[in-house]
Amino acid sequence: MSTDTNPGPGITGDAAATDAKQRNKRARQVLFGCAAFTVLTTLAIFFVLIDNAVSYFYGARATEMIFLGVEPQSAVGLIEFLNVRELLAGEARWAPEHATPSHNAWPIIFGTLAITVGAAFVSIPIGTATALYVSEYASPQVRSKLKPTLEVLAGIPTIVYGYFAIAFINPVVLGPIAGLFGINIGRYSMLSGMLVVGIMTIPMVSSISEDAMQAVPDDLRNGAYALGATKYDVSVSVVTPAAISGIFASYILAVSRAIGETMAVTLAAGFNANITANPFSEIMTMTAYMVSMARGTSAIGTIEYQSLFAVGLVLFCMTLVMNLLNDWFKRRFQEEYR
Amino acid sequence: MSTSEDSLITTEVSSERTGRSDRPDETVLAARDLDVYYGDERALASVDVEIPEHKVTAIIGPSGCGKSTFLRCINRMNDQIAVCRVDGDLSFHGKNVYDDDVDPVALRRRVGMVFQKPNPFPKSIYDNVAYGLRIQGFDGDMDARVEEALRGAALWDEVKDQLDSSGLDLSGGQQQRLCIARAIAPDPEVILMDEPTSALDPVAASKIEDLIDELAEQYTVVIVTHNMQQAARISDKTAVFLTGGKLVEFNETAKVFENPDEPRVEEYITGKFG
Ligand SMILES: Nc1ncnc2c1ncn2[C@@H]1O[C@H](COP(=O)(O)OP(=O)(O)OP(=O)(O)O)[C@@H](O)[C@H]1O
Ligand SMILES: [Mg+2]
Repeated sequence: MSTDTNPGPGITGDAAATDAKQRNKRARQVLFGCAAFTVLTTLAIFFVLIDNAVSYFYGARATEMIFLGVEPQSAVGLIEFLNVRELLAGEARWAPEHATPSHNAWPIIFGTLAITVGAAFVSIPIGTATALYVSEYASPQVRSKLKPTLEVLAGIPTIVYGYFAIAFINPVVLGPIAGLFGINIGRYSMLSGMLVVGIMTIPMVSSISEDAMQAVPDDLRNGAYALGATKYDVSVSVVTPAAISGIFASYILAVSRAIGETMAVTLAAGFNANITANPFSEIMTMTAYMVSMARGTSAIGTIEYQSLFAVGLVLFCMTLVMNLLNDWFKRRFQEEYR
Repeated sequence: MSTSEDSLITTEVSSERTGRSDRPDETVLAARDLDVYYGDERALASVDVEIPEHKVTAIIGPSGCGKSTFLRCINRMNDQIAVCRVDGDLSFHGKNVYDDDVDPVALRRRVGMVFQKPNPFPKSIYDNVAYGLRIQGFDGDMDARVEEALRGAALWDEVKDQLDSSGLDLSGGQQQRLCIARAIAPDPEVILMDEPTSALDPVAASKIEDLIDELAEQYTVVIVTHNMQQAARISDKTAVFLTGGKLVEFNETAKVFENPDEPRVEEYITGKFG
């Protein structure tokens, strides 16, 4: 960096500057190390997932085939795993551990999708309305109480939500309703899972949406008020469209969370993989299956055990799609106000 | 601003405007003993003023003297500020706008406002202009009203082929004219403008000035400005506020700039004070 002509003090490297440079360099190395650790861990998880999932479909892990020369053999075919014909015929069965095993994953995919969609019907409207209330309607005093409350709600461990479902939502709220239809509700139900995951993800929608709404400049609100807009007009036709990209991001995060949600949904919706339209019947999500398999009796390395990784891979793909969707929305609906 | 005694702001343009000034003054807005407080701090101190119909009334004064506060009193935009309290009378066509039975939403539909910083909505040009009419439930010929408003704001020719593009894609001066179009589209009676040209370059500003002149044919315009020449050029009447929120002089613009009653006003106008 030094040149022949000295341009003045503090520009060329004296001792102090060299010291600062050293420190800067070390800080850079530490930070890079941490970032690299994160990336490597993620890659390792992804690698283990794929490696094991391969053994579900080909009888041996990818690493075994490459490094130990194990011959691939067909175990569970991809066609079998995602057999649409059986799905349409209503014969799809997910029972890898059964005496007559069946490896059609649609029932648990259905379970996850049903819970996710059902939860979205709860969290999106209520979360958005909450965000609008907190951001646009609530007085500063109310807001200062409501925001921390929502954050507490977001911080409750999911197992607690799970027990809330099993001890309250299902028997106390849904039991009598099911009774009206002459249905005897069991310990678990699909609707209970939808509700509890929906409730769990409300704070996610509301707090992220509210941040986006708060970021809308007051200039825009005042412009609308000065035209004779009511609070409702301003909320619906100015704030919401201006904050739409953040609001969408909150929906996608909530949906991703619902897809991956495990503890609460396992306790609420149950362990019985089946495709049903009856909201009071027990179903099983992919995550619930993974929990029961991981703590079950199947030996590590068996096909039933390796199904864990195949299901995990499907789950991973679903959340990946949500992430891509998020990116796309962000680009498409960039916050436009300046 | 000029600093010497003999270079009082020119009022030549203002005297061109005698055509409009000939009409008898009909008071639209009247403040009587108007006090405004932010918390304990008084921002306006017993202001009395009568603003004539179809005229341009300029409000000038040093920074912090309460010009914006006064303007926001007229359409009750001060309601948005929690700590703001208004005492006294501010009547619109003889009706005190702070009476309990006055709906600020209805009031603002008759008293439009243009802000210092252009603030078009992140919507299309068309939707910006149509916004006021839409929220009022207007169900007539929207296209015609949008065109009329854009023509009224001298923006039609520049944007008629891009009505669907975002209002934010316009230049600053165009954005401000879009905001004017947005304000006049619902056909208010009064238009309040808070330093509408201060964020604009001189060319864009002079376009807005020309526009204000035309607007006064149809609307009552109240404009806050820091630009003495601008006040002298475009207004019929001028109100001078000085520090402490006091209205110290209110008169014909020519009189205020040529021969003010108050020595402090003369000092302020010639740049010796404020
Ligand atoms: N939202 C507010 N909350 C508290 N005090 C305020 C608020 N707005 C204005 N004030 C105070 O009221 C007084 C008048 O402010 P105002 O904005 O009306 O002045 P102004 O004449 O428009 O000034 P400028 O020329 O700088 O725009 C100032 O002392 C200011 O500090
Ligand atoms: Mg101001």
